[in-house]
Amino acid sequence: MNELLEILSDLHPEVDFSTATNLVDGGILDSFDIVSLISEINEEFDVTIGAAELTPENFNSAEAIYELIKAKLDDED
Amino acid sequence: MKKLLAIVLSIVITISGLWFATRLLMPKYMSGILEGAMIAEYYDDPTDHNVVFIGDCELYENISPVYLWENFGINSYIRGSAQQLIWQSYYLAEETIEREHPDVIVFNVLSMKYNTPQNEAYNRMTLDGMKWSSSKVDSIKASMTEEESYIEYIFPILRYHSRWSDLNSDDFKYLFHRDKVTFNGYYMRVDENPAEDNIPKGRPILDYQFGDTSYEYLDKLTKLCKDNDIELILVKAPSLFPYWYPQWDKQMEDYAAANDLTYINFLEYQDSIGLDWDKDTYDGGLHLNLSGAEKLSEYFGQILSNDFNVPDRRGEEKLEKYWDGVTERYDAEIQRQTTNLEKYGSVHGPDGK
Amino acid sequence: MLFTSYEFLGFLLVVFVMYYLLPGRAQWSFLLIASYAFYFMADPRYLIFIMITTASTFLAAKSISDHKASFDVWFKEHKKEMEKEEKKAAKAKEHSLEKKIFLCCLLFNLGILAVTKYTNFTISNINSLLSAFGRADGLSFVDLVIPMGISFYTFQSMGYLIDVYNGKFEAQKNPLKFALFVSFFPQLVQGPISRYADLSQTLYEEHRFNWKTVSFGLERILWGFFKKLVIADRILVPVKAIIADTDAYSGFYVFAGAMFYALELYCDFTGGIDITIGVAETMGIKVTENFIRPYFSKNIKEYWNRWHITMGTWFTDYIFYPISASQFMMKLSKKSRARLGNNLGKRVPVYLSSFIVWFTTGIWHGASWNFIVWGLGNFVVIMISQELEPFYRWFHSKVNVAGTFGWKLFQVIRTVLIMSSLRMFDCYRDVPLTIKMFGSIFTDTHLWQFNPEAFVAMGITIDDYIVVFVGLIVLVTVSLLQRSGSVREKIAATAAPVRFIIWYVLFMATLIFGAYGIGYSASQFIYNQF
Repeated sequence: MNELLEILSDLHPEVDFSTATNLVDGGILDSFDIVSLISEINEEFDVTIGAAELTPENFNSAEAIYELIKAKLDDED
Repeated sequence: MKKLLAIVLSIVITISGLWFATRLLMPKYMSGILEGAMIAEYYDDPTDHNVVFIGDCELYENISPVYLWENFGINSYIRGSAQQLIWQSYYLAEETIEREHPDVIVFNVLSMKYNTPQNEAYNRMTLDGMKWSSSKVDSIKASMTEEESYIEYIFPILRYHSRWSDLNSDDFKYLFHRDKVTFNGYYMRVDENPAEDNIPKGRPILDYQFGDTSYEYLDKLTKLCKDNDIELILVKAPSLFPYWYPQWDKQMEDYAAANDLTYINFLEYQDSIGLDWDKDTYDGGLHLNLSGAEKLSEYFGQILSNDFNVPDRRGEEKLEKYWDGVTERYDAEIQRQTTNLEKYGSVHGPDGK
Repeated sequence: MLFTSYEFLGFLLVVFVMYYLLPGRAQWSFLLIASYAFYFMADPRYLIFIMITTASTFLAAKSISDHKASFDVWFKEHKKEMEKEEKKAAKAKEHSLEKKIFLCCLLFNLGILAVTKYTNFTISNINSLLSAFGRADGLSFVDLVIPMGISFYTFQSMGYLIDVYNGKFEAQKNPLKFALFVSFFPQLVQGPISRYADLSQTLYEEHRFNWKTVSFGLERILWGFFKKLVIADRILVPVKAIIADTDAYSGFYVFAGAMFYALELYCDFTGGIDITIGVAETMGIKVTENFIRPYFSKNIKEYWNRWHITMGTWFTDYIFYPISASQFMMKLSKKSRARLGNNLGKRVPVYLSSFIVWFTTGIWHGASWNFIVWGLGNFVVIMISQELEPFYRWFHSKVNVAGTFGWKLFQVIRTVLIMSSLRMFDCYRDVPLTIKMFGSIFTDTHLWQFNPEAFVAMGITIDDYIVVFVGLIVLVTVSLLQRSGSVREKIAATAAPVRFIIWYVLFMATLIFGAYGIGYSASQFIYNQF
């Protein structure tokens, strides 16, 4: 989770990602950010997130993103 | 109850607002182009005419019903409008017969040359003035050019809304009434503008045959008159333009003969009528002026009285009274135009009328 | 049938009355009939195209959905007895089967779109290439039917197919219901590009007559007509004049033309969408919003989140994300980071995907180099603004202007100016001419020779400009009011006489000041051709 928060605050230093819950709907993360994010996640956690999973629900909070990564990691083994 | 009242009130306000806006925005034709006001005038006058003329400017500028009344006692009316197409003439005849029963209908055959709808503005001038009837509906349908929509005739505001920027004092002055612009359909001009001496012959055209639609409506007009026991007289006014080709004349002669109708080409009787193209036209031979129109009326009045036995109705009290009114306006208009002509060199005064 | 034709209004009236006379169960079927009738009246040949797209998408989606369902059942039953490797293999096999069906359908439909819209563009490019090599005998153009709204309904159908393929929802089982989703007549001509998940929620429901929805819908339609007829169609006349005569109108006139066009396009397009959404609303159907006051955007990226939204999200979800999340891009990302360093390297895949998206967006708008350059122009502007972000951050840390009215105004004006400049590509004949005319704004300004009378020679009168100006004031007022919530709700909250007066004035203003009928030659919705 900490690694994820670090990646996120690299993108937008001014946002407190541990509490925000409307990252996409509130317009904090745009499509460019999301794409950078998944490539960072790919690098950091070695999981591939598909285009179909790039929905607002999955990216609205750090919590949700982390859940997505966890589900992916579980799926791998 | 209160709600119902509110709904009724809103509907009343909406409709009256639309009605008012329509009246305001429709052209009034009270100065400049008077031709647009002609058709509507018919409905105000007494209807038992013995002779009704139906057709374009070659009738409404060339025949004077006032002259026919004063000299022959003929009670007549001209249902004329600018570039009146033959189907429009037919439906006007149909409508006229619904309202009265004339002895004679006179139709000017120049419009045989138009086989298809021509011009939106002229359509409007002929059609807008008509009262709603099946004849008007049919006439609209026959006349519409491609760019026109029937709904714009039902709700003229859809057509005339763009006049909002052209509104002038006339539009307010004539919101609820109109002045008379004609004398039983006659459009008067007293000025003179001589025709040139050597009038060129018409240029050859590809096809002299009148179109099928023209003939179709001429047939319908013939039948309409026969069915209603009305004498139909076809005439060609003595105007020099537009050129009346001998080939056209021949077709009309043949048609009249085949259908047992009278066809008079007044161009052939210019001398007997006594037309002097230096003095009897106001636009170089297109239309006659008052002097020319009265000469033609004299000539045609003889024919109507003698050959067609149109009765002399002078002495009928009600008619006398009506015609006195028209004659008074007629003389006043002669006076007005003559004065303007002397003062300003034009029959139109400084107010454009 | 144009939205602003008497025929369309008559058609609407008939559809509306019948819709509410029919029993609720029959409503959606009736809408399908009405939609096909609408399309048939435009051109009977169009029906073949939309039916092929409908049928192929329906069948492919259904078959994918059925496969998924039966596989899930089978998988559940056999899960326990399988090894991990076996499970993976079974899933992969299933996936590849679905992928085959999916790709066949996708390529087939995009193929139809490409052939109808881009054949002649391709031919003309081949010809100019041939002539560059000295060959004068080019290929001849083909006379193809371009079905009305093909870009819109193809995208809408493909969005549905992709969503089903990704397992977002099950395929629609009723072919007629699906046919209605593809052909729903209010949005057939110019969008919005609806998502099945959104539109299907209200499209097939039974709707009883509800005064509030109906009156809101009618109000929206009227507002659309006001924007379209009173403002857009009127200001279109000088726009056309300026574009047509590049010799007479250069320099400042080009700038004025670009501003007029910004207003014209906004009023035409949003007015059309208002009519679409309003028509659907009168029948109780909710169509996605396509605009949120785009000219109030702070930057171009935000502008594209607020202008033609359904197109933007379509490109984001179905092109930008799939490309940028693809295996290839992930690999590229790793490589570029290794080569160019973390900071620069991570931008390569984003920008590459973005480039592809904007190229596609450009060509989707029209088969010409103008639109391609326009699309790429957007890409360049967005890239620059992205790269300038650190600079702005630095600037705001030094100068405290962010949040002030002046700064906001500057941002809004900047957005409008940039978008209007790019949009010139959609006005002038070709790319070089556009660039030349754009340049003339600066090189040939001649403000001291500026002659206001020239604007009256462009086909509309002073009175018309006054109407446009008043219309613009109304427009801006409404937009400002919208920021604090729905204007229609606000109107609904006023006393009945006030409400009546507002409606009445809007109605009469549209009726009288609308630039429609013989006095004006009605223009087609600009977006029809896309």
